[in-house]
Amino acid sequence: MTNTTEKKPGFVGGAANYLDERLSIGTVLKGFGRKVFPDHWSFMLGEVALYSFVILVLSGTFLTFFYQPSMAEVTYNGSYAPLKGAEMSIAYASSLDISFDIRGGLIMRQIHHWAALLFVAAAGLHMLRVFFTGAFRKPRELNWVVGFLLFLMGMGAGFTGYSLPDDLLSGNGLRIIDGMIKGIPVIGPAFSSGFFGGAFPGTEVVARLYSLHIMILPALIIVLIGVHLMMVIIHKHTHYSGPGRTDDNVVGYPLMPVYVAKAGGFFFLVFGVVAAISATFTINPIWNYGPYDPSPVSAGTQPDWYIGWLDGALRLAPSGWDISIFDYVIPMGVMVPLIVSLLFLGLVAAYPFIENWVTKDKREHHVLDRPRNAPTRTAIGAAGVTFYAVLWAGASTDLIATNFQMSLNQVLVAMQIMLLAGPVIAYWVAKRACIALQNKDREMVLHGRETGRIVRLPHGEYIEVHENVDKYELWKLIDYKDYQPVIARPDANGKTTIGNRIRSAVSKIYFEDRIAPVSKAEYELAHADHVPEAVTEKPKSKRKSINA
Amino acid sequence: MTDIEKSYSPGLATDIEKPIPNPGIEPHRIRMTDKSEKHARTAEKQIAAMFGVSVVGAIIAIWGFFAFPIVDGDLSATRNNSLWMGLGMALSMLGIGFGAVHWAKTLMPDNEVSEMRHQARSTDETRAQALEIVKLADGESGFSRRKLIRRTMYGALAFFPIPAIVIFGDLGPVVGDTLKHTMWKSGTRLAKDPTGIPLKASDVTIGSVFHVIPEGLSEMEEHKLEEKAKAAVLLVRVNPSDLNEDPDKADWSYQGIVAYSKICTHVGCPVALYEQHTHHLLCPCHQSTFDLANHCKVIFGPASRSLPQLPIAVDAEGYLIAQSDFLEPVGPSFWDIRK
Amino acid sequence: MNSAKPMRRRPWAAGIVVFFGLVLSGGGYAAATNVVQAEGGSQIQVEEGRKIFLANCASCHGTNGEGAIGGPSLIGVGAASVDFQVGTGRMPGQGSGPQLRAKPVQFTQEQISAMAAYVASLAPGPAIPDEEYLRGDGDATHGGELFRINCAMCHSAVGAGGALTQGKFAPALTGSTAKHTYEAMVTGPQNMPVFNDANLTPEDKKDIITFLKYVEDNDSVAGFELGSIGPVAEGLFVWIFGLGFIIAITVWLGAKSN
Repeated sequence: MTNTTEKKPGFVGGAANYLDERLSIGTVLKGFGRKVFPDHWSFMLGEVALYSFVILVLSGTFLTFFYQPSMAEVTYNGSYAPLKGAEMSIAYASSLDISFDIRGGLIMRQIHHWAALLFVAAAGLHMLRVFFTGAFRKPRELNWVVGFLLFLMGMGAGFTGYSLPDDLLSGNGLRIIDGMIKGIPVIGPAFSSGFFGGAFPGTEVVARLYSLHIMILPALIIVLIGVHLMMVIIHKHTHYSGPGRTDDNVVGYPLMPVYVAKAGGFFFLVFGVVAAISATFTINPIWNYGPYDPSPVSAGTQPDWYIGWLDGALRLAPSGWDISIFDYVIPMGVMVPLIVSLLFLGLVAAYPFIENWVTKDKREHHVLDRPRNAPTRTAIGAAGVTFYAVLWAGASTDLIATNFQMSLNQVLVAMQIMLLAGPVIAYWVAKRACIALQNKDREMVLHGRETGRIVRLPHGEYIEVHENVDKYELWKLIDYKDYQPVIARPDANGKTTIGNRIRSAVSKIYFEDRIAPVSKAEYELAHADHVPEAVTEKPKSKRKSINA
Repeated sequence: MTDIEKSYSPGLATDIEKPIPNPGIEPHRIRMTDKSEKHARTAEKQIAAMFGVSVVGAIIAIWGFFAFPIVDGDLSATRNNSLWMGLGMALSMLGIGFGAVHWAKTLMPDNEVSEMRHQARSTDETRAQALEIVKLADGESGFSRRKLIRRTMYGALAFFPIPAIVIFGDLGPVVGDTLKHTMWKSGTRLAKDPTGIPLKASDVTIGSVFHVIPEGLSEMEEHKLEEKAKAAVLLVRVNPSDLNEDPDKADWSYQGIVAYSKICTHVGCPVALYEQHTHHLLCPCHQSTFDLANHCKVIFGPASRSLPQLPIAVDAEGYLIAQSDFLEPVGPSFWDIRK
Repeated sequence: MNSAKPMRRRPWAAGIVVFFGLVLSGGGYAAATNVVQAEGGSQIQVEEGRKIFLANCASCHGTNGEGAIGGPSLIGVGAASVDFQVGTGRMPGQGSGPQLRAKPVQFTQEQISAMAAYVASLAPGPAIPDEEYLRGDGDATHGGELFRINCAMCHSAVGAGGALTQGKFAPALTGSTAKHTYEAMVTGPQNMPVFNDANLTPEDKKDIITFLKYVEDNDSVAGFELGSIGPVAEGLFVWIFGLGFIIAITVWLGAKSN
């Protein structure tokens, strides 16, 4: 061993060495540094939700230094003149101080609330993308459930959060929740007393909501996000069908440097958009609503958008369905919306398992479906979205009535009808649209693209010239999964079980109307009278073989 | 079918031979910044400019904090502080974001690469080894063999969390009859909300609506809102000929003056909107509508129960008083409401 | 010649006594009722008002304001009602529908005052409010509290308006003058309840007007208010503009560069 003096490593080298000797970061970098992520804009919606959550944690931490969750009464003496001298809870007063008397307080409050709306919206849109592309199929069914739980917790975090200022609008929201809780059979009134620490509104609930909002729910969300992302890393991200993409690989760009730059940059872009909106548009002007009191109420009392569907369910529920059992009452005006919403959520959570049971397709799926290639799933999704959307719109019946000069009562009845008819119509329209689009794709495969050039043949016939799609386009049009319905057959003992019969019937609903992908034989038949070179490299000029 | 075959069985999927094989990843399309050094340098300058704008933005945000001290009575300082800090932050964030993404798009390689996936399922060999480990642990612990240990363990594990649930028992007091009684008693004067000034019958003219609380509530130090949440009342005078009263409640009103609970029987919002000519009470939360001329029965919306009526009378000095508490619980219906 | 009679026995003494009595009682009455009669409520004005009334209003409200098929009786509605209804253009009423709407005003203030004087002459009723209550120098905090208890359920917490049943509505209060706001409170137009002086004293009404003036004069410290509609507008905004803009960014981000 020669005794040469080695060049001292620079700072980065030294730091890397220090950490690697303790944390094996070399192994980590090797394993993850060039991990491939596919690049499509629709894959970024989950990131929007994630980044919104980070913004919430950062802005929320600032707010915790100034907000006080106490319902003790105090006289306001801050900058906002129309409330000076008014009696209010300390929670409301501290929220007003953040808004008017603490520099940076208002912008942070605004960022926090706008980011909350964005968080749930992005998570919802992300869920829709995952649904309509079938990304919840094996091996990702459990991740769907985790994501579903995240969505629910986002709603919970939002609700507990906007109730913290103890203003008139959110206080009436709490009053409504209390009314619903009280209506639950047997345990309702006790549960209400437990939640509020006695009679409504009590002096405990804001502090309890605070504990839920800054500790319990964020902890659960962070854990679930961890599980959610870990599964994405283990399973790797899905990718759309395309040239070079199969169920056995993932095509995209490496983590370092491309994704670090793009995804990292995207965080700043989302934060920037939220900050820009927060600087220029008012959100939740609590000073306008005044402190909570059980006597006043404002016209246009709605919850934040993601609770809207539940409020709409309360408005759309019919009256007079209360059930009396001797001296006991079950108020169905409360229970019907509760049961309907729980059923809806249950269906959403269980959907991957329902589809699994129908198709019994146990292979791993990493290539996404185009929505048109899964017509029944897309139609079910359209029906579900319509159901949710009508309930959501139902929360603003009074605003629709005033803004469009209609009768409140007629608006409500119209929505009740749309709630039942809408999903049916949406299902049918979506399914037919998917099948029509599949037909169009099929036409493109078999006969190529219409070029718009009309040619007159020698014998007088006019035809439109079609141009064959190149092989990359062609691959996208033919590479999708196709299923056929199953006939209920007797099992080994000669019995056809009810389960089998039901499965057969459901599989018929799913797969009876379907457009199978073009087979090799069909393709060759359609292109039999062409020179083989028609299906080669991407054409350099527009002039190509005439489809005669 | 073997286990593996079952794991990967295609179920109802069809198996059609595709017209062409997978053509492989599309050839890379050269960008201007790949071809031309000049374009690459332009992109570099653009990226640098964006990062520079970001620095400006951060400085604006810092300036915004110090430039607008909050002055009582002048809300423009609050407005400016929020606006400039917000815009500054937005600019500083967007600058970094656009810079980084533009860098990735223009200067970093955009060749698509492929990485192989692994099946989530462990190999058969791994599974066998895993099974061996589990069996070994079972054998060494005697878990399957020793029924007594196992069963008593389940019992202990089932019981230990129960104190953790029970300990929350003092979250709130026992409900008792609190939901069924309000502050109103025989002789309590009807007073204006929020001042607590008692009302005379002569104050209540046809077409007017008064928001009423029991006298004494506004002076309460504790439990004020809890009592108000049950005792809030709407007081209205209509033409007695318009009033279609229950014969056994005819003495609950006074010369066309009627008092009803303001707490909606749907889920508890204040039913505060009174339409003077139609005599309808509308709740703004879910639009339950009550017909005041017909003992506040529900005529639209999701409520199911009529608003409880407060029996009123007039005392010797002409002040409106309650004859008693409500004869049924106010607010949303609940399980044992009739007991 | 000097009469020996004391002053009080002179013939003109009675006249002076009567004169003082009238001044005292009339002036005292005028001072006590805090009301400004339209330009003194002179007979000329009342007659002028009657003429305009006969030409424009009698067909629905009857030749003596007693009511007819098209409109209710105006006996006892007071000058305030007329000043409000005609001053906001609601009257002359037009078309059928669940509720009269404010329309372009069709008369000059002089004509409106004349009509108001005429209707006030039919029977006593709420009078046009005194300037003292309209200046907006009351207690905005107290006004806000009263507004939230008595008015917000129909007009919303910042007076942005709200829905009533069957197509009726409580209009937005922005743009309404202090005088008209006061008159609406005291007369209870259409389905709005009447807020008499025992319910909301003139001081209370002044405070409410002060509160409304503050809200109208001061823009939100936080930026554009999206119509003061509340969470529904905020939700729509975040979906359409927030997510919309962010999705535009993601499409740009994922697209290949040239």
